[in-house]
Amino acid sequence: MAGKPLLSKPVLSKHWEYAPAPESRSVVSLLPSYGLFIDGAFVDGGAGSGSFKTINPATEEVLTEVVEASSADVDRAVAAARKAYTRTWSKMSGRERGKYLFRIARLVQERARELAVAETLDNGKPIKESRDVDLPLVAAHFFHYAGWADKLAYAGFGPNPASLGVCAQVIPWNFPLLMLAWKIAPALAAGNTVVLKPAETTPLTALLFAEICQQADLPPGVVNIITGAGATGQALVEHPGIDKVAFTGSTEVGKAIARAVAGTDKKVTLELGGKAANIVFDDAPMDQAIEGIVRGVFFNQGHVCCAGTRLLVQESVADDVVKALKRRLKTLRLGDPMDKNTDIGAINSAVQLGRIRAMTDIGEAEGAERWSPKCDLPARGFWYPPTVFTGVTQAHRIAREEIFGPVLSVLTFRTPKEALEKANNTPYGLSAGVWTDKGSRILWMSQHLRAGVVWANTFNQFDPASPFGGYKESGYGREGGRHGLEAYLHG
Amino acid sequence: MAEPRIDVRKTHKLYLGGKFPRSESGRSYEVTDSRGRFVANAALASRKDARDAVVAARAAFPGWSGATAYNRGQVLYRVAEVMEGRREQFVADVCAAEGLARRAASSVVDASIDRWVWYAGWTDKLASVVGGANSVAGPYFNFSVPEPTGVVAVIAPQSSSLLGLVSVVAPVIATGNTAVVLSSRSMPLPGVTLAEVLATSDVPGGVVNLLTGDPAETAPWLASHMDVNAIDLCGAGADGLALEVAAADNLKRVRRPQEADHDWTAEPGIDAMTSFLETKTVWHPLGL
Repeated sequence: MAGKPLLSKPVLSKHWEYAPAPESRSVVSLLPSYGLFIDGAFVDGGAGSGSFKTINPATEEVLTEVVEASSADVDRAVAAARKAYTRTWSKMSGRERGKYLFRIARLVQERARELAVAETLDNGKPIKESRDVDLPLVAAHFFHYAGWADKLAYAGFGPNPASLGVCAQVIPWNFPLLMLAWKIAPALAAGNTVVLKPAETTPLTALLFAEICQQADLPPGVVNIITGAGATGQALVEHPGIDKVAFTGSTEVGKAIARAVAGTDKKVTLELGGKAANIVFDDAPMDQAIEGIVRGVFFNQGHVCCAGTRLLVQESVADDVVKALKRRLKTLRLGDPMDKNTDIGAINSAVQLGRIRAMTDIGEAEGAERWSPKCDLPARGFWYPPTVFTGVTQAHRIAREEIFGPVLSVLTFRTPKEALEKANNTPYGLSAGVWTDKGSRILWMSQHLRAGVVWANTFNQFDPASPFGGYKESGYGREGGRHGLEAYLHG
Repeated sequence: MAEPRIDVRKTHKLYLGGKFPRSESGRSYEVTDSRGRFVANAALASRKDARDAVVAARAAFPGWSGATAYNRGQVLYRVAEVMEGRREQFVADVCAAEGLARRAASSVVDASIDRWVWYAGWTDKLASVVGGANSVAGPYFNFSVPEPTGVVAVIAPQSSSLLGLVSVVAPVIATGNTAVVLSSRSMPLPGVTLAEVLATSDVPGGVVNLLTGDPAETAPWLASHMDVNAIDLCGAGADGLALEVAAADNLKRVRRPQEADHDWTAEPGIDAMTSFLETKTVWHPLGL
């Protein structure tokens, strides 16, 4: 695909004819297959293991082959992490641990372009997002927690905070390397060792991260990466040799994990689904609000747990907002994720595409009105056009259930209290957006929204210093900042 | 010769939505003292009582969580004041329930009153300790504040009938949560007296709902209740595992069972409060 854009001309814009601007994939050299990263080395899967291929969802081309780790492999990885914890990592001073994390942060920065390309190839997200959002945040996250490693006594969790031991970490496919950073950086800073399982469809950058651990001379066993699918993840979180489970993914799996760890001493943090309301009042700065709505739900193809998937717009401006939104969506460029001008990349997998199709079909069947900009989809790969549903009510499944795709449901309200009631009418509580010029209304809404992150006159902002996590069925615990350390320490 | 006075015996009831109803089931059970002698009948709460208590706690949540921290502190301090006035009754209750000598029971009551004072002082300080501004790398003002989780079910310790009970109820409501509390099965009466104190201490009805009876019967209904946000399994003992599994149905925040020999006289720390708090982070752009 190098140098050859998937689409020769922009699909969604009639205004501009951009020349193709593909990022080179030559910065990434992938091996034909990868082993498991256990005890500091890449090793073959043991008895009972299998293998599977990871593909580029934009082309369906095979990128490489990885191991499907068996429960025996999980045992090995946990044993390596335990040994590293007992013999090395728990005995090392915070100052020295921190320096390893600083090294990792620097190596991530040095290899940022390569990692961004690998992420886009494996995940399907536009290169401008992996390059400008994912990778800078990954490096920043390691930088942030590197500095905590020797300051834990000042973090407010008691004068002698202690590490937990071995952490089982299972991460999703929407921000593969960023979720790895959110998990590994605080765990290591607090003095724990980890066994991490990347998502089945996006193992690539985690395996490249394993190389970075080697480059940083991180002691063997401090970080172990095992690839696999659900069964591997289940074997990991249920393993009796672990002290902590950190999971990001679906609410359904999160509940299964909460049941599985019941009655144990395992500490758990869960970062799960969402159905965020993005609330636009009639006095909102409209141009910014339109950009915020677009960023809120079409960023990363809507594969974002905190996506602003329910647009609540004040009735008096609803027609104008929907009109402006549709005009803006017509300028989005869907296509080759490696093209630097691409706004909307590929859906991560055929399975996910099927889910999005099923949910949007239900939206139509239940009476909501579907709209998408005119949009030719590439013949190969997994694609879904940005989609807006109007005439949506709170009873519609597309307003209640997480779709995890580029699909927006538009609802209206008349008063702030009605907006609040509708916004909170969900079992989820991860994030919310408020757009208004009135300061006191921002603060009142922020106070009453039952969500872990509230973006006022902005949306989808992330920072390693800013705690992230949900209320209600969006999970428990926080990641990021001082709050994120709590998940990895005994007070 | 004066006629001997017939004493007035008390029917112990539930404390639910600020009122003192009998169990809707009409059931009661015998409470004995530490030597097995009959003391009184207490209400044996049912599944319906537990569900009614959740409704009352949910109704009380907006008002209590929306009260100022200063106001909540005043109310909690008032609880201590009113307890002080009824200390003789508490000492007698604890003597009977836990079989303690008068002096030991008296020090339990002292510690229980002091615990309310301790938590009264926390209400307007915790946000500064666990929240704050976050230095993000961009032109944004970003801050995090703790907020109450919502309705919290509390299974009180079985063997510390007053100090243990206060130690699990006060931290839950100090931060603005409302509570459904299952008191110790065998030692419910200090809790009943505490409920009478709460009812006369400006604690709004429904903020604390106290059910006497058998937690083994009622706790499963609270653990699986979809309108309960969190559960403290403190006194659940071996039932804790099944309750924790049930609590996963709506991802309740779970505080696991405390060890039976927990020292309730030690300074509690802030875990009992932070276990039932959510962190909310708010972003706003900076600009002219």
